[in-house]
Amino acid sequence: MARRKVHLYDETEIKENMSLTGRRTIAHIVLIFLTLLCLFWFYMLFINCTRSNSEIMKGFSWLPGKNFFENWKNLKNSTVDVFTGLKNSAIVSIISAALCVYFSTLTAFAIHAYNFPAKNAVYTFILMIMMIPTQVTSLGFVKFCRDVGLENSFLPIVLPSIAAPVTFFYLKQYMDSSLSLSLIEAARIDGSSEFRTFNSIVLPLMKPAIAVQAIFTFVSSWNNYYVPALLLQKDEKKTLPLLIAQLRSSDWQKFDMGQVYMCIAFSIFPVVIVYLLLSKFIVAGVQLGGVKE
Amino acid sequence: MADVQKSQKHRSVTKGKWGIIFMIPFALAFFAFQLYPLFSTVYNSFFENYKDGLNQVGPNFIGIDNYKEILSDGSLLRLAYNTLIMWLIGFVPQILISLLLASWFANHRLRIRCAGFFKTVIYMPNLIMASAFAMLFFALFSDIGPVNAMLSSMGFGTFRFFSSPWATRIIIGFMNFLMWFGNTTILLMAGIMGIDPALFEAAEVDGARPGQIFRKITLPILKPILLYVMLTSMIGGIQMFDVPQILTNGSGSPNKTALTLIMELNKHMYSKNYGMGGAISVVLLIMTAILSLLVFKFMVKKKED
Repeated sequence: MARRKVHLYDETEIKENMSLTGRRTIAHIVLIFLTLLCLFWFYMLFINCTRSNSEIMKGFSWLPGKNFFENWKNLKNSTVDVFTGLKNSAIVSIISAALCVYFSTLTAFAIHAYNFPAKNAVYTFILMIMMIPTQVTSLGFVKFCRDVGLENSFLPIVLPSIAAPVTFFYLKQYMDSSLSLSLIEAARIDGSSEFRTFNSIVLPLMKPAIAVQAIFTFVSSWNNYYVPALLLQKDEKKTLPLLIAQLRSSDWQKFDMGQVYMCIAFSIFPVVIVYLLLSKFIVAGVQLGGVKE
Repeated sequence: MADVQKSQKHRSVTKGKWGIIFMIPFALAFFAFQLYPLFSTVYNSFFENYKDGLNQVGPNFIGIDNYKEILSDGSLLRLAYNTLIMWLIGFVPQILISLLLASWFANHRLRIRCAGFFKTVIYMPNLIMASAFAMLFFALFSDIGPVNAMLSSMGFGTFRFFSSPWATRIIIGFMNFLMWFGNTTILLMAGIMGIDPALFEAAEVDGARPGQIFRKITLPILKPILLYVMLTSMIGGIQMFDVPQILTNGSGSPNKTALTLIMELNKHMYSKNYGMGGAISVVLLIMTAILSLLVFKFMVKKKED
């Protein structure tokens, strides 16, 4: 009886292993295909950066050309001021990310560590507004900024990130799982002020979560197009997405296409670098947070 | 452990005023940049307020005339239809492929090699500036772009992608798919990993085939997460803007078939027609509020579980 059972088990095992190998092969083929589908566009972008306008007009090529430095020089000397764009994008994204993570942590700490009247109502309210996208209130926001003369200022672009419900929610979740209140209590007994406790104990402890959220805020701010396009009209204030949009709207057929591809590559390059360096944290962050945008 | 946490919670009663003080920056920014604009948007939707050439018309109170105008001629319905179609073109393959990939990644017996590498690559398009991505696709698929050069050299002649409504919509949908399937895969994977492995083992011992396990165990347990992914993706779909805006240079060409709701709103904001823009915003607000409420309900339920 026992023998027969073992025999049966062996047979199904072999059969199963074969089908498993087949499935594994299919899974890998599909994954490789999707990988190529994702990378193809970046590869084309890179190749076209290195080719001259006339070469690009002839179609695709798998091999890079020799015009990389020529295109770079042309872009540097063109009317599209990419360096100012880069500087503006960097200022806006870094300040937004810093404000967002600092004040979101502070707000999450307020809810996590203290009791005050209507605390739960406040928390529920923040969760409820979390999903409402900026676009639907943007009319009032842009009108307000225009009325008080904040056009062409970075303030209305960076200050709203102080109230970022999604980042708040993520940090609050993280605090629930890993910030023990006894530490805060100990600091209190040692005579540390509440604000100092936050800065010197809570912030360092929250570093992993803060890093993930800082990356996300930086990237989404770097890529942000909608509101900046409505508020930043002066050339010296424009961020990179606005410059890209400008390439499309001007009579682009007259453009040197090598230069256009170079400009696109230039604007996504920093994020690609950040991503390649920190991809582990980013993927883990998406997995943990469950919510983004 | 739970008891310890509970007793710690009780200690938090002291120094409650600091909790309020720490909330102040968030509250101020929220009132100034979200709540006030929200009321102002609704308020403006009841006024006639635009520029006719150099003349400023209004603001005059006109009740719900703006709403009547946008809802009567069916143009808003057409925009909603465009947005929905382009969202669906991206979302259907996105959810199917993400489900497939997530179940593969989470299946330990399948032993996917280089899983970390694949996850990194499929998430990458999500982080790329949508405007730059759109400009890249435009350059590649334009009438004089390399795709057409290739087609004509192969003897097919040229195909004007951006003069064909469906080609344009499919390119936009495809870009959305490319940008979001990695994100969805990672979310669903987290969901699948949360399922008790004993369930899968029991099913395998009982002789269930992989397809059966997927249909009878994975899918039903994933239902709440799938619902969440669908709702958030719909909210994202309503906001569709960057890609079609850059790809069609704001026109939604050909013949406004790729014009989305937010692109129309953007036009009104650009021309400072606050009344019409406000009315469109309020309609969008109601649409997103309903979806958000559903997401919120889901999150509260998840917390209770």
